[in-house]
Amino acid sequence: MNYLIGAFKPSCNISITFSDGKTRKQVPLKKENGQTVMVPLFQSQENIAGKISIEPVQGKKVDHNGVKVELLGQIEESSMKFILLTEMYFDRGNFYDFTSLVRELDVPGDIYEKKTYPFEFSTVEMPYETYNGVHVRLRYVLKVTISRGYAGSIIEYQDFMVRNYSPAPSINNSIKMEVGIEDCLHIEFEYNKSKYHLKDVIIGKIYFLLVRIKIKNMDLEIRRRESTGSGANTHVETETLAKFELMDGAPVRGESIPIRLFLSPYELTPTYRNINNKFSVKYFLNLVLVDEEDRRYFKQQEITIYRLQETS
Amino acid sequence: MMKSDGIEDEEKWLAEGIASIQHNAFYMHRALDANNLREVLKYSAQLLSELRTSKLSPHKYYELYMRAFDELRKLEMFFKDESRHGVSVVDLYELVQHAGNILPRLYLLCTVGSVYIKSKEAPAKDILKDLVEMCLGVQHPIRGLFLRSYLAQVSRDKLPDIGSEYEGDTDTVMDAVEFVLQNFTEMNKLWVRLQHQGPGQLKEKLEKERSELRDLVGKNLHVLSQIEGVDLELYKDTVLPRILEQIVNCKDELAQYYLMDCIIQVFPDEYHLQTLETLLGAFPQLQPTVDIKTVLSQLMDRLSNYAASSTDVLPEFLQVEAFAKLSGAIGRVIEAQVDMPIVGAITLYVSLLTFTLRVHPDRLDYVDQVLGACVKKLSGKPKLEDNRAKKQVVALLSAPLEKYNDIVMALTLSNYPRVMDHLDNETNKVMAMVIIQSIMKNNTCISTSDQVEVLFELIKGLVKDLDAMAGDEIICTVKKNILNGGPKRLSFTVPPLIFSALRISQKVVCGLQLIRQLQVQDGDVAGEEVPATPKKIFQILNQTIEALFVVPSPELALRLYLQCAEAANDCDLEPVAYEFFTQAFVLYEEEVADSKAQVTAIHLIIGTLQRMHVFGVENRDTLTHKATGYSAKLLKKADQCRAVYACSHLFWVDDQDGIKDGESLPELPELMEEAVSTVDISIYRVLLCLKRALRIANAAQQMANVTRGSSGPVTLFVEILNKYLYFFEKGNPQITSAAIQGLIELITTEMQSDSSVPNAISDAFFASTMRYIQFQKQKGGLMGEKYDSIKAK
Repeated sequence: MNYLIGAFKPSCNISITFSDGKTRKQVPLKKENGQTVMVPLFQSQENIAGKISIEPVQGKKVDHNGVKVELLGQIEESSMKFILLTEMYFDRGNFYDFTSLVRELDVPGDIYEKKTYPFEFSTVEMPYETYNGVHVRLRYVLKVTISRGYAGSIIEYQDFMVRNYSPAPSINNSIKMEVGIEDCLHIEFEYNKSKYHLKDVIIGKIYFLLVRIKIKNMDLEIRRRESTGSGANTHVETETLAKFELMDGAPVRGESIPIRLFLSPYELTPTYRNINNKFSVKYFLNLVLVDEEDRRYFKQQEITIYRLQETS
Repeated sequence: MMKSDGIEDEEKWLAEGIASIQHNAFYMHRALDANNLREVLKYSAQLLSELRTSKLSPHKYYELYMRAFDELRKLEMFFKDESRHGVSVVDLYELVQHAGNILPRLYLLCTVGSVYIKSKEAPAKDILKDLVEMCLGVQHPIRGLFLRSYLAQVSRDKLPDIGSEYEGDTDTVMDAVEFVLQNFTEMNKLWVRLQHQGPGQLKEKLEKERSELRDLVGKNLHVLSQIEGVDLELYKDTVLPRILEQIVNCKDELAQYYLMDCIIQVFPDEYHLQTLETLLGAFPQLQPTVDIKTVLSQLMDRLSNYAASSTDVLPEFLQVEAFAKLSGAIGRVIEAQVDMPIVGAITLYVSLLTFTLRVHPDRLDYVDQVLGACVKKLSGKPKLEDNRAKKQVVALLSAPLEKYNDIVMALTLSNYPRVMDHLDNETNKVMAMVIIQSIMKNNTCISTSDQVEVLFELIKGLVKDLDAMAGDEIICTVKKNILNGGPKRLSFTVPPLIFSALRISQKVVCGLQLIRQLQVQDGDVAGEEVPATPKKIFQILNQTIEALFVVPSPELALRLYLQCAEAANDCDLEPVAYEFFTQAFVLYEEEVADSKAQVTAIHLIIGTLQRMHVFGVENRDTLTHKATGYSAKLLKKADQCRAVYACSHLFWVDDQDGIKDGESLPELPELMEEAVSTVDISIYRVLLCLKRALRIANAAQQMANVTRGSSGPVTLFVEILNKYLYFFEKGNPQITSAAIQGLIELITTEMQSDSSVPNAISDAFFASTMRYIQFQKQKGGLMGEKYDSIKAK
């Protein structure tokens, strides 16, 4: 939309800066047009403050009905119809603002020269993290609006990212399970935890109790399931983010195969449960055994992923 | 066709694999030059992915592996130099584990692991433990074996051994041992599993390929033996039991054989000696098909050599009761492996005996024990058939002789003769020879009669066959057995018996002559004390041949009688020879009915009789007369004729007096034969026989004229002519040139007569006879003169 506005050769430049912009951590954000830009990173309960400068183009004045800045938390859901047609793009999806804060910066009047407005949203409640999914997007944005009557308002956006951290869970049981096919294959697997942080490493083992099929190899997959909508309109999209070979060749009874999977190389997010009743993102470990006839035997287990406060 | 395709395909796959490794290596080298870690990891992983192939045989896979191995060395150099990639080795150790495919991941991990240990940023034992555990992820036999082999290779010089720079604080050797043992165990499991790969019809090929990989597994044991800290105690308490546990549990013939052998080869003899019980305890638990005897023999050989290396070590052998343990173990192995062929058991005893001879030369009782065990194994079984087993028994019995060079020692071994009893006669003889050769070589003196007794018991195999005095007893026994054989067998069994008896009789005679000579030399004129033995043998022979009557096989019996008669002739036993001839004639008269058989028989009789020199005039006359009589009574004229002219030889002996001087005797009428001297009568009788033959031939000719209208061939006449010539040349005065001339004319006339039918064979025969006469005439000299008066056309 910035782009569209640019086409009209706006009569002024709007710049948004954060007060701790020089020190604040910048993280890459992939925008809907595919471009990656660096944006500041915030977490919930932080103050979001800064300055907004409006500088009219040389020799012009900006006549307005008021200037405001909004902090918006939005969920964009791509429309089903559109997905079916093009299988890409989120645009023209449904927007839901789950957070909307406004600060009025100026009363109606004219701006002749560069004018700077400080702003501050203090201890903003931002319970959800920025998320870029397949069919759903959650974004935080500052929106500056210079309202004009007939000429249309001048609007500028500044994205920022929100990540929220969790402490290590006090209860974190291992996942242990015995599965199999009657008289064919009995295995017991164990993952050391049920909750992993994003830089965690999954340690575990698979113990073969009975092997009567010729196994070719065994993989551990990390799968992300994004579900949007509700009820009959629920749409689920599953992606395999990691395919990690655990075993090569056919084991015999009694073999115990180690698991060590580092999560850091993969682009994971924490598990999101029912975000604003709009969507959920869940993670699963899928243990897949492939036999010599390329038949796949698998067992999927949900794990919880959380963002652990980085100590550095 | 299919097979060659398979090989070609494999070559193709290998070439593709190598090409791909080279391709990725090229980019990896570029990345290495640029110190670009990311790219290095990417291309090295791609390069290593080639090792994921399942299409190659172990041999070809090895080639591929070596290519990758070379590249990994370069990679390791790069990892080692942190300044080049800027990542700490700890981080690097995590980083390589991000690779999605397990095989490249683990090769990289081992490579970084090696650098990690070298950096000493973590205890070597922890890294090694992690590596050996992580490698469990590769369960494919060939790929797993090579991966672990790589791990063993890169970790070899980095074990936390005593005195090594990687030595940790506490119990550090144990960690090194634990690591190698674990890698060994896993590798062996993979190796054993290899046999279950692939289709069944390639089993043999698969076994061969498997065998090629064995050294990968065995290498671990070698590494263990090289660990400084593996002292006897550690070996005894941990290393050996753990290795044996794996060997026994894997239940695989190939692996068990190879690894047991490997243990014996790589660890010091001293350790073996001190752990004999444990080591030997494993043998009965091995698969029944394992060639234990070879392995055990190896062990005993090594221990023997060890004992021989220094006298200092001998007390150790005594201390650990090595002999008792080995002996016990062999017993248990033989007991456990019921299917072991007898040769295997004996081979084991040979090794044990060699061992005890070298280690405990003073313990004759041990030697006897080994022999005793062998007797126990052999008892209740039929005599040895297997040649290899026989050879081993000979080796078993020879070993003490070679060691002590003293037969007297063997004579004190109570089990020695008992082992010999289990040999067949042939081998027994071989063994007896060995004993005697030993005596001869060492000039052994045997001082007591008891020992002589035992010695003779040992060499009875030789004595019995050579000792003439015992001969008839043997024959008697054999005869007794053979005569019970029944009609069907007799015709086959009697002749050999007769001939061996005849051989004995000859030896006896020679022996007697020798004795007599000796007696003469000694001046002992004890006189004609000829033992009854040869006669006794002939008596037995007579009875034996009679046994053939029940078959009945008169022709065979007749031949045997004649054979015996000739033998008796050689023994100067006239009455016996006469008796045999009489028997032969009786048989001829009563049993030989077939005319053809009669012809053969009569010729045999004539032939034999001609060679007899033992007969006095009277006996000889009787017999020749009979023979001539039978000859004339044969069924066919031609047969009669031939037999009769053959009889002429009976009256002619070459060295008769008065022949060489060519003295001419007046022609005597037939009736006067009684009046002249024996010699003259004989000479005269030659002519009589030939004339008789001529008459018969003539009669035959006439008969042919009557029956067929044409006269038969002149063959018979030519044959008689040849006889004439023979005696003429020999100088029989009764055979004159005139007579020969007459005969030639007769033949010529016969051939030219109207009724004669040309016959190529008889014509040629006559022609060559005539050529012979011509030849003799032209030769000149005495013979030429003799022939001079004969006219030949």
